[in-house]
Amino acid sequence: MSALKSIFGKDVDTTSSTYLGKPTSRVDGPAKVTGGAKYAAEFNVPNLLYGYIVSSGAARGTIKSINTAEVEKVSGVVKVLTHENAPKTAYLDSSHRDQLASSGGAPFRPLYKAELEYSSQPVALVIADTFEAARYAASLVKVEYEVAPHETDLRANMGKAHPPTVTRTGYVSAPKKPRGNPEGAYDAAAHKVDVEYSQPIEFHMPMESYASTVAYGEDGKLTIYQKTQGVQNCQEYVCSVFGLSSSDVQVISPYMGGGFGSGLRPTYDIYLSVLAATALRRSVRVSMTRQQMFSFSHRPEAIQQFKLAANSDGMLDAVTHTAIEETSQNEEYLETVVNWSGLLYNCPNVMLSHQLVNLDLASPADMRAPGAVTGLYAYECAIDELAYEAKLDPLAFREKNYAEKDQNEGKLFSSKELREAYRQAAEKFGWSGRPLEPRSMKKGSDLIGWGMASGSWEASQGKAAAKLVLTPDGKLVVSSATSDIGTGTYTVMTMIAAEFSGVAIENVTFELGDSSMVYAPVEGGSWTVSSVGSAVKTVCQELRDRLFKLAGKVDGTPLGDTKIGDVTFANGAMHVTGNPVKNVTYAEALKAGKIDKLELDTTELPQLAKQATHALYSHSAVFAEVSVDEDLGTIHVTRVVSAIAGGRILNPKTARSQIMGAIVWGISMALEEEGMLDDKVGRFMNHNYAEYHIPVNADIHDIDVIFVPEHDEVVNPLGAKGLGEIGIVGVAAAVTNAIWHATGRRVRSLPVTLDKLL
Amino acid sequence: MINFSYTRAGSVAEAVGAKSKANGAGRFIAGGTNLVDLLKENVERPRQVIDITRLPLATIEEGPNGGLRLGALATNADTAYHPEVQRRYPALSRAILAGASAQLRNMATNGGNLLQRTRCYYFYDVAMACNKRRPGSGCPAISGQNRVCGVLGTSDQCIATHPSDMCIALAALEAVVRVSGPQGERTIPFAEFHTLPGDTPQIENTLAPDEIITAIDLPESPYAEHSVYTKVRDRASYAFALVSVAALLELDGDMVKSARIALGGVAHKPWRSPEVEALLTGKTATKENFLPVAAALFHDARGYEHNAFKIELGKRAVVRALQLATKGTASIRDVNGQTADA
Amino acid sequence: MNAFSESDTAGGSTMTALPGKSPVKLTINGESTTVEVAPWTTLLDLLREYLDLTGTKKGCDHGQCGSCTVLVDGKRVNSCLTLAIMKDGSEITTIEGLTGKDGALHPMQQAFVDCDAFQCGYCTPGQICSAVGMIKEGHAHSDDEIREGMSGNLCRCGAYPHILNAIKQAYAATEKRTAA
Repeated sequence: MSALKSIFGKDVDTTSSTYLGKPTSRVDGPAKVTGGAKYAAEFNVPNLLYGYIVSSGAARGTIKSINTAEVEKVSGVVKVLTHENAPKTAYLDSSHRDQLASSGGAPFRPLYKAELEYSSQPVALVIADTFEAARYAASLVKVEYEVAPHETDLRANMGKAHPPTVTRTGYVSAPKKPRGNPEGAYDAAAHKVDVEYSQPIEFHMPMESYASTVAYGEDGKLTIYQKTQGVQNCQEYVCSVFGLSSSDVQVISPYMGGGFGSGLRPTYDIYLSVLAATALRRSVRVSMTRQQMFSFSHRPEAIQQFKLAANSDGMLDAVTHTAIEETSQNEEYLETVVNWSGLLYNCPNVMLSHQLVNLDLASPADMRAPGAVTGLYAYECAIDELAYEAKLDPLAFREKNYAEKDQNEGKLFSSKELREAYRQAAEKFGWSGRPLEPRSMKKGSDLIGWGMASGSWEASQGKAAAKLVLTPDGKLVVSSATSDIGTGTYTVMTMIAAEFSGVAIENVTFELGDSSMVYAPVEGGSWTVSSVGSAVKTVCQELRDRLFKLAGKVDGTPLGDTKIGDVTFANGAMHVTGNPVKNVTYAEALKAGKIDKLELDTTELPQLAKQATHALYSHSAVFAEVSVDEDLGTIHVTRVVSAIAGGRILNPKTARSQIMGAIVWGISMALEEEGMLDDKVGRFMNHNYAEYHIPVNADIHDIDVIFVPEHDEVVNPLGAKGLGEIGIVGVAAAVTNAIWHATGRRVRSLPVTLDKLL
Repeated sequence: MINFSYTRAGSVAEAVGAKSKANGAGRFIAGGTNLVDLLKENVERPRQVIDITRLPLATIEEGPNGGLRLGALATNADTAYHPEVQRRYPALSRAILAGASAQLRNMATNGGNLLQRTRCYYFYDVAMACNKRRPGSGCPAISGQNRVCGVLGTSDQCIATHPSDMCIALAALEAVVRVSGPQGERTIPFAEFHTLPGDTPQIENTLAPDEIITAIDLPESPYAEHSVYTKVRDRASYAFALVSVAALLELDGDMVKSARIALGGVAHKPWRSPEVEALLTGKTATKENFLPVAAALFHDARGYEHNAFKIELGKRAVVRALQLATKGTASIRDVNGQTADA
Repeated sequence: MNAFSESDTAGGSTMTALPGKSPVKLTINGESTTVEVAPWTTLLDLLREYLDLTGTKKGCDHGQCGSCTVLVDGKRVNSCLTLAIMKDGSEITTIEGLTGKDGALHPMQQAFVDCDAFQCGYCTPGQICSAVGMIKEGHAHSDDEIREGMSGNLCRCGAYPHILNAIKQAYAATEKRTAA
């Protein structure tokens, strides 16, 4: 237990649970380290055809002609699909909107029309009997364009910025009216900051490219092995777009090689593979190349302006935050960017605004902590500037302005242990020794800087279902149509099921990633444990109720007339608490009830009435150390300590990994990632892993993750807030603030590449 | 990726004959690390690929006049870790290890390293114009995303850089490239091997189409005690150089007897300026004396929208490299385990 | 002059008679096999599409991520940039070949599980093969050397510190075994 204590701090009671809270290795670990785990492009069904995507070389205009004469001569080529011959799909835009689409948009349809929407969009699909033949033939497709002017430059088009005109599930509009009098407060304040921050387009870049393997059944039914974060979202989309019955389409995704949001919405590979499979009545696989991974979604570029002010006591007195982001011409992509600035610190005078500019690019998409990571990167840097203006330590400034309630909504937090997160992380980091002035620390010839920031993310819960099957051999199988995108879903659901069913963990299997399973929402937004986990908990509690009733039918039951509250369920058996010798095994209970297979399912809904009275958020306190070679501008992040207040931590082992990975993402965002658009051609030019930089092993040094105890009975039945997003929020700000502390330079555009320090 | 025929050469003569016969549509393949990449990008569209990996050119052996001969087919990894290379040509070991990844270095050969194509974004993207790929089509890099492009010796036709690390050290060491062709063998001094873009950016070196590199000769070097390779890049490893410097010093006490400085990441070829290097001769090895040398090296540099910083960065990297070289060659383990820019 | 241009290489009919597949003898995970491959088929595609050895992953297909790392004659290489036809006579070890015939995990595989050195698992086979290759190369003496030596394997989930720990655990286990 000592290892647990160090992870949890002192106060969390893990002894009352059998599995939850205990570090548990991934149940899918052996499959992943042996190559046994199968990803979408690895289901090698018989007589498979391969589709290779041809991408557009122009951003705007029309396709004048597509010459496929040479293509069709290539041995093995079966078909070339273009907008000219592709079978028609659903006419209405609404039929193409998936669960995550914003209202009113016209989602991109591949091979639909001659008019181009963005550079690198698919314009043809070459289908052949081998991957290599399709790839070769695709290189012979000749496309001629009538090129039209395009706009891809956000800054040049800021005059066209407009407030969102549509809505989207999960998007919280900026408050319409200002709180207090931000302009007046700013003018009167003692300490002011008026700054602009910008960040470039970033790409999700999961290691596995999108792929779709459609197995075409003899009965015309489609089994689609798909890289996705939402098998049911994909299934609904395919049925809606292609006019298919839900009983004829099954989407399967047992493993996913990273998502980070890119697979929340159906990607164009599934459209193309189903298009080809249904047209040819054959099994087809379509995979994107790494280059094509830059052609369908991204984190939007953002330009953010702040006017912040504090009074002479260092109390935050005015916040004006305007964020301008790009979106596509065909959809308004919405993420919550500015609202965080109205709730992270106490402030009486606040004005927030979020605007969009439509550009000739693919629609942006949710990318790890969408909105929050953008808004809080810039806000937490600007706050650091204000703290320095007020001559206050940045941590002291934050503690001074600590928000005890969400002023945007006027609600108390269901729980908020951010103060404790500050304390523990600062202590671990050694923050108290930090000189206030920049350029105060050196190691050898390198400048050393320390910076910090806070993060926040919403703790949400959606409707979800879980199903279980208990068999007389004592094995329990629980399932739900969710995903494991590396987050540890398989493992944590197995733990929850074991915990609440009383079946030993080695006898529990959790299944996911199949659209025919009971309902689960898309795997994103840090809400899978909260949503699916709560359903698993409930269905397992129902199982205990059933088993307890069945136990009454066992001859001479040792439970007698004991009430269920006095019964312990453990190791696949029931006994009167305190008397484990006499028990009824689950197998005996089933037998007594003459049940071969006990099946239960349940749908769990968020307790909205309870939740609506509170603000539900996770929080983080991030501290970073950088070392800067001032002559050459090179920056190394040598240490990060992050303390997370994320409710109950169910599996500390995978939880730690998730936060650690998110910190790597934050370092990456701070120093490396940038989609380099050539606005003259409207195209991303560094569209590969060699030139779109993400960190390598040598970039990453010490990362410390702390989970502070946080008890929450409002957020959901498990008290867990979700960890997928919170780990990245604030990291880029902490790193950027540390760079300032090292060098005295405020670099206000990401990434902070070495040239910006020369 | 085009379909091509495949031949496995059994001898150098056979390889040269096959390349001759292919009439410009043949490509040698050894490590494949650059060619297969370019095949998949449709930048290279050969009709024939000639596998030269079975030729007996993988040895590293003593060369003439106290030098070392590196076989063209010795891998980058075997070369970098070869004890004689490490002992006598430490800057070369370090340059190789600063490049690519361990996997790629296990595959890539010395000959192939010399023939690497540029990493300019527009060269790699066949949807874009590029004078190097399609002469006369234009150079969008000049007014486009040119962070990775050059600042020295560029032309209005092309501003691409040579991406190799190894070649920067070879240029500083004044290696000699041994080649074999239908007319027999010849040698090419390293400085004459790669070319500047001028009006013919499609031409990158002085190797004839039917010639093959058989070896690289390293002359005896007095620089082993004071050799460094400083590479500045956008991440700590597995990234091409923004600027790199091979700096070799021959010192007498703190006085420079001779100096060699080669620059990477800044030009279409490894960049040297022997007349600038000569400025150091007879001077003490101090920062004050290094600064004007760095300035002179970049005197004629021209920056573009996204890479103008390379001029200042390059100067600073030169000074840093010379300072480190003065201190002495670092242990290989230090270099191997650390970011090379430190 | 060695002139590179598209015009001199891409011209002509695309229907030029090309050789079909040639037999290539490989020993894959200890088993000798002869496969018919086209000149342009990479070792990666051969493994994944023809031999159903899908444990080796395609991350970028251009030598920029390391997901496809396998051992060829004991050395770690990017199988995506390796033409299968060129490896006639070679011994190939993939992730499937590291696992014992009885299903027992290789110490490196076990260490990756123990240290939670992955999340999505897609780069993992390449990381493990690369780590096994690195230890054989004999240059992994310090944390910094391991980080540098593993920098040819990208992990977008950001598991790097745990990958380092796993390699150290496996390395220590191997050393211990050797010492004993």
